[in-house]
Amino acid sequence: MAGISICGVSKKFTGRNDAVQALENATLEIADGEFVVLVGPSGCGKSTLLNIVAGLDVADTGQVYEGNKPVKEPGRSRSVVFQDGALFPWLTAQKNVEFGLKQMGLNRKERAERAAHYLQLVHLTKFRESFLHELSGGMRQRVAIARALAMEPEVLLMDEPFSALDAQTREDLYVSLQEVWERTRKTILFVTHNVREAVVLADKVVLMGIRPGRIQTVFPIRLARPRHAEDVDVAKVAHQISMGLKESLALTRNEEYDEGWQPEGSGLLRPADSVLGDNI
Amino acid sequence: MKQEILTPKLKMLSLLVVLVVVALWAVLFSKGFFPASSFPSPVQVVKGFGEEARSGRLFDDTVASLFRVSTGFGLAVFLGIPLGLWLGLKLSARAAFLPAVNFFRSLSPLAWIPFAILWFGIGDTPAIFLIFMTSFFPLVLATASAVASIPTVHFRVAQDYGFHGLEFLTQVTLPAIMPQVITGLRVTAGLSWVVVVAAEMIAGRDGLGFLIWDARNQLRPDLLVAGMIVIGVIGVVLDRLLVQLTLIPSVRWGYDK
Ligand SMILES: Nc1ncnc2c1ncn2[C@@H]1O[C@H](COP(=O)(O)OP(=O)(O)O)[C@@H](O)[C@H]1O
Ligand SMILES: [Mg+2]
Repeated sequence: MAGISICGVSKKFTGRNDAVQALENATLEIADGEFVVLVGPSGCGKSTLLNIVAGLDVADTGQVYEGNKPVKEPGRSRSVVFQDGALFPWLTAQKNVEFGLKQMGLNRKERAERAAHYLQLVHLTKFRESFLHELSGGMRQRVAIARALAMEPEVLLMDEPFSALDAQTREDLYVSLQEVWERTRKTILFVTHNVREAVVLADKVVLMGIRPGRIQTVFPIRLARPRHAEDVDVAKVAHQISMGLKESLALTRNEEYDEGWQPEGSGLLRPADSVLGDNI
Repeated sequence: MKQEILTPKLKMLSLLVVLVVVALWAVLFSKGFFPASSFPSPVQVVKGFGEEARSGRLFDDTVASLFRVSTGFGLAVFLGIPLGLWLGLKLSARAAFLPAVNFFRSLSPLAWIPFAILWFGIGDTPAIFLIFMTSFFPLVLATASAVASIPTVHFRVAQDYGFHGLEFLTQVTLPAIMPQVITGLRVTAGLSWVVVVAAEMIAGRDGLGFLIWDARNQLRPDLLVAGMIVIGVIGVVLDRLLVQLTLIPSVRWGYDK
């Protein structure tokens, strides 16, 4: 088992007439078994960072380590859950979950058993033989999570996996994901642009600023689990973080953020230097 | 979604329409609106059909036409789909070839008839050539556009799970393009069946197209109509057969939205 160290990672995308500095000197430690959520406005380089951690992209400078091994390419110990699932519509839920297992040298029976196990973990046993177009958005994301978990990685990398879902479905998935995490204690790096989602899920919320993407602030969240988006304490902490973010990102348009972003009753604010959620 | 179910009762309606058309046809014939030399009665057509069937000519002509279509269409599939894959995967190949492919796709395949005869004479080859020209370009385009529109995240997933090289093709690209390719096959098979008739009328000594052209020359409108009916029925059967491909579970996603 191992944590992730992101050490001074920079990445520039060069287009025909312009270049975007997507990441600049990003540095972050993720402990083994920790649930870290990276928050920032769209375009700030969250996906770029996640892809570099996954080994799907290569940093210009800096290095990502898993434990003390440098990450050079996609590896079995890290598994990505992409936005909107990126499941294969030509496969059933079961076959989607089995997809990555083919490369692991498991035989047909072992693959089927393992996929069935993880589908059960996300409560989809009944829908094993369904194709994607027969499943709801929330079910699809659960299949995607099962697919990543079935690889039995040590690190789960999740890129805005819930952002296309409605609030109710998201709430269900918050519960499922916290449950899965408590049971498996994977190291999770989760990316979102929704501050409240970050507070619901994270041990540690990491703020990223707009271009050039760099890591700005780290907030430990010590609220009791399971948490829900509507919890008063979650709302308070989310509000606090949003305010901090708003100051530092005065340039960013409000509508880039989901609920939890708007100020609500500033009387609830705590001093900015307190450790958030410490007293719960 | 409104659930519309085709009950057996509703299906009977189509039979009713056929009966009404045949009845109108019989009435037109008996009133003598057209000269009998160019307008057969339903009974004459049935007799003519029996005559052609017994002589074996109808069977031979059907086989000849089906052979030409399957050969030309088969060639177009085996060359067109790989070319489409290449164009879909490589932007530079697309830039180079797509305008030309589009040009030939828009050009009526019948415009090739003069060259088909000049180059290949009369018989199987000119018809096969024309059917190839009919199917090849639309299949290239359908495949290329299907490949180019595969979400890149699908490849990222395969990459993340440790797939390499050719596995991308077999595990992602091919299954992802199947629905659009099947639609392309259906359209081009239909077109091919249309074109083979024209090809045989002009550049044939047999085949269903030649059969109806010959019937006209012999002033046998009954055989002409019998031939038309056979051509139409085979066209429908071919399409029904290809529709079966769209019912394969792993391609349903491309059609049910
Ligand atoms: N493959 C790419 N080529 C060029 N620019 C890219 C590429 N990927 C991302 N970018 C740019 O890098 C910046 C960061 O992108 P991304 O990491 O996707 O942001 P986020 O996930 O936070 O929304 C954006 O400005 C985006 O346009
Ligand atoms: Mg992103």
